Amino acid sequence: MFAIAGLVTAVNLIPLGFVLWVAVSSGWDEVVTLVFRPRVAELLVNTIWLEAITLPAAAVLGVGLAWLTERTALPGSRWWSALMVAPLAIPAFVQSYAWNSTVPQLHGLAGAVTIALISYLPFVYLPVAAQLRRLDPALEDGAAVLGKGSSAIFWRVVLPQLRWPVCAGALLVGLHLLGEYGLFVLMRYDTFATAIVDQFESVYNGPAANLLGGVLVLCTAALIGFETLLRGDRRYARLGAGAARQPVQHELGVWFWPALALLALVALLSIGVTLGTLLRWLVMGGAGIWRLDQIGAALWQSVAYAVVGGVITTVLAVPMAWLTVRAPGKVQRLMEAAHLYVGALPGIIVALALVSITVRVALPLYQTAATLVLAYILMFLPRALTGLRSSMAQAPVELERAAQSLGRPPLMAIAQTTMRLSAPGIAASMALVALGIANELTGTLLLAPIGTRTLATKFWALTGELDYVAAAPYAMLMIALSLPLTVLLRRQADRALRA
Amino acid sequence: MSLLSISGVSKRYGSVTALDQATLHVEPGTLTAIVGASGSGKTTLLRLIAGFEMPDQGTITFDALQIAGPLRVVPPHKRGIGLVAQEGALFPHLSVGGNIGFGLESRSDHAAVTALLDAVELDPSIRSRMPHELSGGQQQRVALARALARRPKLMLLDEPFSALDAGLRTNMREMVKRRLQAEGVTGILVTHDQQEALSFADQLAVLEGGQVVQAGSPRELYLQPKTEMLARFLGDALIIDGIAATGEIDTPLGRVRVARATADGPARVMLRPEQVRLVSWSEGTPTAEIVSASFEGPITVVTFRANGGLFTLKVPSADAPVQGRASIVLIGTGHVIPQ
Repeated sequence: MFAIAGLVTAVNLIPLGFVLWVAVSSGWDEVVTLVFRPRVAELLVNTIWLEAITLPAAAVLGVGLAWLTERTALPGSRWWSALMVAPLAIPAFVQSYAWNSTVPQLHGLAGAVTIALISYLPFVYLPVAAQLRRLDPALEDGAAVLGKGSSAIFWRVVLPQLRWPVCAGALLVGLHLLGEYGLFVLMRYDTFATAIVDQFESVYNGPAANLLGGVLVLCTAALIGFETLLRGDRRYARLGAGAARQPVQHELGVWFWPALALLALVALLSIGVTLGTLLRWLVMGGAGIWRLDQIGAALWQSVAYAVVGGVITTVLAVPMAWLTVRAPGKVQRLMEAAHLYVGALPGIIVALALVSITVRVALPLYQTAATLVLAYILMFLPRALTGLRSSMAQAPVELERAAQSLGRPPLMAIAQTTMRLSAPGIAASMALVALGIANELTGTLLLAPIGTRTLATKFWALTGELDYVAAAPYAMLMIALSLPLTVLLRRQADRALRA
Repeated sequence: MSLLSISGVSKRYGSVTALDQATLHVEPGTLTAIVGASGSGKTTLLRLIAGFEMPDQGTITFDALQIAGPLRVVPPHKRGIGLVAQEGALFPHLSVGGNIGFGLESRSDHAAVTALLDAVELDPSIRSRMPHELSGGQQQRVALARALARRPKLMLLDEPFSALDAGLRTNMREMVKRRLQAEGVTGILVTHDQQEALSFADQLAVLEGGQVVQAGSPRELYLQPKTEMLARFLGDALIIDGIAATGEIDTPLGRVRVARATADGPARVMLRPEQVRLVSWSEGTPTAEIVSASFEGPITVVTFRANGGLFTLKVPSADAPVQGRASIVLIGTGHVIPQ
C-alpha cells in the first residue's frame, strides 16, 4: 500500500516539478520581457474582475437559494433543489455556446460572469444546502428562546455556520474560473487559460505559454490563500449526536411569489435557455445532423477514455485512501496533500507540464493516448480520493482485523472487507472521474493524439466552424452522460458532511 | 508449560506509554480475565497478542513459538488465534452462514455451519439472516461461532458482553465459558467489569498504568490484593488502620484475625463488607453507633462510628440497623495490605 501510494505521489509531483522548472529555468530577462508586459496585466485585471464579481454573487445566490429550498415551506422543494443542481450536467462551454447563439449580444465580462454564475452556482448551492439540512435545529430553538427574531437567528446563528461550505464552494467556483477555457473563448473574454491555449496553438511549446502558466499558478495560490483567510480556522461542529429533527420550515408570507419567481428564473436561465436552444437546433437540423458514423466514433472515444481513465484513476487512489483512513500520520498527510493539490491546479497546467516533459524527455509519448490518460489521472485523482476516503471511513477497522484473525493475509482481508463494503463508493468514484473525463476539453485539445475526436473536442471543432446545428447532438450526448453525475455529487455532498 | 507467555512487553504511542514491561502467563485450557480501568493498556495487550500491533520491547510466545519479538514476528492471519470483538464485527455484507463460513476451509460446509450454530445455542434456521436482522446477543453468538470455526487454541474476547443488557450478559458469559471449556480452548477475556472478570476466569490479571500489577485466581485477588487500589478496584472494601500484635490486628472494629502472620506494629488491613455484620447490641462487644442509614432496596448503606472512626458499609436491608447501637461481628480473616 505504502509503496504504491508513494509511487502515485511521485507521479503527482510532475506538475509541481514543471512549475518549479519554469520558474528556475527561465532567465530573469526572459521573465521580465514575457511577464511584465501590458498583455499580462490585462489578463490579470480580467481575471480579478471575473473573480471579484462572480464569487460574491455566487455566494449570496447560493445561500439564498439553498435557504429557500431547504428552510421554507415552498411547494415542491425537492424538485426545486434538483433543478438547482441540474446545471452540473451541462458543461460550461455548452452553456456558453447555447447562450452565444440565443443572445449574441451577451459577451465580454457581463457574458463571462453570467455564464460562469449559472454554470458554477451548484458548487456553492450543494454544500450549503447539505449543511442546512444537518444543522441542529436545537440551536435555532435556543436562540428563539433567548428572544431573537427569525431574521436575527438567520444572521447570527445560521449564517455563521454556513461559513465553511460557502467558502469551500466559492473556492471551487474560483478555481473553475481560473482553469476554464471553452466558456471564455465563446464569450470572447480573455483569461490566462485562453491566452495560454492561444500561445500554444500559435507558437507551440514556447516559454511564453509556460510563463503565463506560472502566473496562473500564482493566481491559484493567491485564491487559495485568500479563501483560507476568509474561512478562518474555527470549525462549527455539531456538539453531541442529538436527535435529528426536522428543521423548522419558515412561511414566506408576502415573499412567497417573489421567492418562487426567483427559483424559476434561476432554473430558466441555468437550464431552460440551454436546453431550449439545443432542442431548437436539433429540430432545425432534423435527422440530417445525426451523422451516426461520426457521432458514434466520438461517443466511443469519449466512453473509452472515460472508462479506462475512471478505472485506473480510482484504482490508483485506493492505496492513499486506505492509508489516510487506516494509518494516518505525518508522512501520510504530506503524501495525501501531494495527491490533492493537482485538483486545485487548472487543467491547462497539467497539460502544459505533460507537453513539456514529453517533448523534452520522452518524445515518443507526445500526443499519445497514454499521456492523455496520465493527464486525466492527474486531473481527477483528487476527485477519486475524496470519494474513496469517505466511503472507506465508513467500514470499521474491526472487520479487517476479524478477517485477518480468520486466516486472511492483510491484502486479502482488506479486499474482502473494507473494499467490498466500499464498493458503492468505489463505483461512484469511478463514475465521477469518468464523467469528468467525458466532458474534459482543455487538456484533451492540447494532448490528444492526432485524429482523436471525443464528444467535447468534436463539439468544439464544430462550434469553431460556427456549425451550431451540427454541434447540438454532441452537446445533448454530453448532457445525457453527465446527468448521473449530478445525482452522485448531491449524494456525496451530504455524505461529506456526515463523515 | 504456558500456552501463552508475555514477557516484559512495552508499547508506546508517541509520548503515551500504553504498556510498560507487562508480563503474563496463560496456562492451556484455562480462562484468563484481564481487567483494568480504561486507558490501563488492556486493549493494547489484546491487540499485541492478536498481532495487530508490534511490541516495542519484550516477547510474546504462543504454543512454544515466538510470535512477536526480536526473533520473529508472525502476522495475525498465521497465528491461529481467534478473536471476538466488542460488537461482534460481523461482516455486514454476509449472511450468518456466510460469516461463519468465512472461517471454514470450505465456505459452503453446511454441516459444519449447523454444528457451530448448535454449539453457540442458536437455531440453524438463522443461517440465512443478515447481521443487521439479529439482536445484539445473537450477533455475539455468531461472532463466537465464526471464531470457533478455525479451531483456535486461544480465543481472545474483547469486551464481548459490554453492549448487552445485564440479564443477557450473564447468560452469554455462562454460554461462552461452557463452550470454551467444552472445546478445550484457552480464553482471554478483556473487560472493565470486575464482576464479570471474577465470575468468568480461572486466572485474573489486573492492569494498571500498562503493568500487570497482580495475576492469580479470582479468590486470591479478591481476598488478598497486593495494593489498596487493587482492593478497591475489585469491589467495596473497608480499609482500616490498626496495630498488629501476636498475629492479630487491633482495629476500631475489633480484633481482626489474619491469614498470614505479620510483624508487630502499625498495619493496614482490608475487609470485604460481607465480612462485617452489624447485629443487635450486647454488652462487651465492639460497638457501632449508627450515624445514618440510607435505604437502597436490597441493601442499606449504613454509616457508623466505632472507637472514634467513621465507617460506611453496605448491609442487607433485611437486618440493617437504622439507629442506635449495634454490635460488630467479623467473619473470616482480614488481609494485611503490604506497605
